[in-house]
Amino acid sequence: MKSKTIKFIGIIFVFISINACKNNENKNSNTNTEAIIDSAFSGESIFNLTGNWHTQNNETIALSALKGKTLVMVMIYTSCKAACPRLVADMRDIESKMPKDKLDKINFVLVSIDPENDNPKRLKAFAIANNMDASHWTFLQGTKTSVQEFANVLAVKYKQISPMDFSHSNIISVFNSEGELIHQQEGLGVNNKETVETIIKTINE
Amino acid sequence: MKKILSIYCLIILIASCSNKNTSNESNNNFQKIVVVTPNDTTFGVTTTMANIKGGKYVPLYGRDSQLVTINSFSMDVLPVSNANYLAFVNTNRRWRKSKIKKIFSDDNYLYHWKNDTSIGNEMNPNSAITNVSWYAAKAYCECQGKRLPTIDEWEYVAMANQEMADARKIKSYNQYILDWYEKPKTSINPIGETFKNYWGVYDLHGLVWEWTSDFSSILLTGESRNDVKTDKNLFCGSGSLNATDLMNYAAFMRYAFRGSLKANYSIQNLGFRCVKDSVITNQNEK
Repeated sequence: MKSKTIKFIGIIFVFISINACKNNENKNSNTNTEAIIDSAFSGESIFNLTGNWHTQNNETIALSALKGKTLVMVMIYTSCKAACPRLVADMRDIESKMPKDKLDKINFVLVSIDPENDNPKRLKAFAIANNMDASHWTFLQGTKTSVQEFANVLAVKYKQISPMDFSHSNIISVFNSEGELIHQQEGLGVNNKETVETIIKTINE
Repeated sequence: MKKILSIYCLIILIASCSNKNTSNESNNNFQKIVVVTPNDTTFGVTTTMANIKGGKYVPLYGRDSQLVTINSFSMDVLPVSNANYLAFVNTNRRWRKSKIKKIFSDDNYLYHWKNDTSIGNEMNPNSAITNVSWYAAKAYCECQGKRLPTIDEWEYVAMANQEMADARKIKSYNQYILDWYEKPKTSINPIGETFKNYWGVYDLHGLVWEWTSDFSSILLTGESRNDVKTDKNLFCGSGSLNATDLMNYAAFMRYAFRGSLKANYSIQNLGFRCVKDSVITNQNEK
């Protein structure tokens, strides 16, 4: 009899304690983070995306960690033989047209659409091999869903056409320091005059 | 006796919270997280799911019409309803009509709802939720520990009629879908009243179109046509003549529709349902 009662009380306690925990957790994390996000970013900012990413230096960051600099972003994958080298060349060409003393206000970000293979180690090697190892270059490895989400923000379409190969649209996107999309350049080897002008204008704002 | 009881309770309390503590610890290893991920929280909606046994099939359009392999998974028997979605936004305020960030949806988000917490009298709580963007649909599913289906998964289940897993060659199956495409405003009908298919899933055809996780993998935009290997075959006359099955004009319509979407679109006849990777191992499968 007694042991039954104890068991019963115990079960009740299990329920109460689990619920209590969950409720507290919900209230705290939800209201706090909602408040932070609400106040910190504009509605159109990519910093509202909540996924985590690994950099080539093996740091884990949210996109919001990139806040404060003008962002020039592109999606590539390191095993890519066709379009990516040209996209990377386009990024370097844009970089070369930036005033050297302003480079610390810009972050050139290359996001991998192949998160399974492009780990930090591989991204780092790619950065070094392509002379993109300075601090204003960032390479990001996401997850399948965070990459999908990010590509959708940029309106970059991509799909895997073989285990080694993706097809994807070639878009370079410029964001202001608040993470709002302000310019997109589409195509390979296109005239980047407008993109360069937009970036310079943005960093001087 | 009391002592034992209170110790017991203490242990339970500690145990029930310990999960949380360990996850916090591992978070501390992250070097540079500026904002804590706002976890959407569960909202007390449980839905029946059907087990979908995996297999191989050739989708009519999609990845170059090659044989694709589908792993076993479970799929919501019904599309997400207005009432389900209301429960979601009640608990997760950042997805409310007035709160949603512009980056996650255009202005049509929950357009048909009265306000943040009320569907309005004209809307049926038991109709499929529509006017939700891809981001919102994705968040809803993730919040339930589920995900959106891939195009291949969705099409795999949707090729079934009442009796067969693959009814794509059956005339009545195709006719049913095409008849639906011509009917206006089917989105206001209640869920669960179209046919129950081979897998036990309702409403894949006949009610609303549904979001898929990888809808954007269909490469068809005016801008990207020049520099991407687009799915031209899907849309040009000669391409569609080469389709695996001439009968299936319906699937062509779906792929064309998906190719025209953007993730922030909220559309009146576009809803969603969620799926989950199968936990059933081969041993348990017949």
